[in-house]
Amino acid sequence: MTQNKFAPISEYGPSDNAHFEYVLGLGDTALVLGQRMAEWLGKAPSMELDIAASNFSLDLFGQAEQFLNYAGELESEGRTGDDLAFLRDGMFFRNHLIVEQPNRDWGVTMVRHFMVSSFLVLQYEALSASNDEQIAGIAAKALKEMQYHERFSRDWVIRLAGGTEESMQRITRGFDTLWRFTGELFQKVDYEDGLIERGTAIDVSTLEAKWSEGVDALLEACGIEKPKALQMISGRTLGHHTEHLGHMLCDMQYLQRAYPGASW
Amino acid sequence: MVTAIDTLTEATVWRWLDEVKDPEVPVISVVELGVVRGVKVSDAGAVTVDVTPTYSGCPATVIIEELIAAAIDSRGHKVDINRVIAPAWTTDWISDSGREKLTDYGIAPPAKNAEGKASLLGIDPTLECPRCKSTKTERISEFGSTACKALYRCTDCLEPFEYFKCI
Repeated sequence: MTQNKFAPISEYGPSDNAHFEYVLGLGDTALVLGQRMAEWLGKAPSMELDIAASNFSLDLFGQAEQFLNYAGELESEGRTGDDLAFLRDGMFFRNHLIVEQPNRDWGVTMVRHFMVSSFLVLQYEALSASNDEQIAGIAAKALKEMQYHERFSRDWVIRLAGGTEESMQRITRGFDTLWRFTGELFQKVDYEDGLIERGTAIDVSTLEAKWSEGVDALLEACGIEKPKALQMISGRTLGHHTEHLGHMLCDMQYLQRAYPGASW
Repeated sequence: MVTAIDTLTEATVWRWLDEVKDPEVPVISVVELGVVRGVKVSDAGAVTVDVTPTYSGCPATVIIEELIAAAIDSRGHKVDINRVIAPAWTTDWISDSGREKLTDYGIAPPAKNAEGKASLLGIDPTLECPRCKSTKTERISEFGSTACKALYRCTDCLEPFEYFKCI
């Protein structure tokens, strides 16, 4: 008997537990975006923004913790939310690629935050009617928080676009570099079909029109042309991520990897 | 030896919990904050308290649960904390006495009707300075020392103050 020397690609793909995969995805997107916002701690352009970024982070970590703890229950392999967050390799993360993109500068960060939070507002709004009480409960609470995020980031995008030539350039760069990752937000995955039918999950593709309206209005307010992407990039459900996730996880996971079980 | 134990009533537990202060705003109790959703006492005297978090990521959630457990445990009763997430907590759950105490403490209480349109659209309510009661106030930052607060300033008395955000 010869054994496969290399793991087949599908090893990183979704397990056959669709419910687990779905909730894991909700948790991972919140977790990774939360970690990105936490990277601003001590480095944001002003004290107020430093506090804002870490408050955002806190909201997102709170959402992630609840989703990941629940994912752990659904998996029933004894993994806790912390295990999933800190002891899982990059290819098993199910977050949207847009949230793992680096912060670069405050302008790019605010563009990313607007695009993602305005998506999450729509998603959580729809999920608060889920027939899964856990998902509905977490989403209803998270919705209120993400409305804050959306408003805050929209204000900043407008302010920077109307600032100097330099700040306008950064905002434009944010839209241009991140646009290619927005398609994935509205990609329904095959394994979600059953969950959608039962009313547990939502069909994300139905959210795109409403989301585009908000983005178009913002672009118009900024005087920026709608970006075009030659090709949308996705891969979260197959474990295909951009190189940035690995670097981020090194930073995020090193303590639990180096000192397993460390706590305070 | 007297072994008879007075039957513990739910009202008594509520009274105990009204002495448990919010660790981040130590003038109001967890009951006034509106995070205690229910109290049950079993025939054997074991207590179950339903507690809901304020913000998803509020770091005080665990501490609040521990303080509640300690308040009951220290009186010799078994206690279980049951975390409930629905319906979601909003600032409307803060009681009137809680709102008054917030003002006295120097924190402007949240606008009422958190579910109302103004807060969803992000329209700032008119805030009264908790010190001089002037309504000439302006926002410094949407975020403050804790997840639940924003920073404002009174343009009359010039004092900065915190606002308990409306969600």
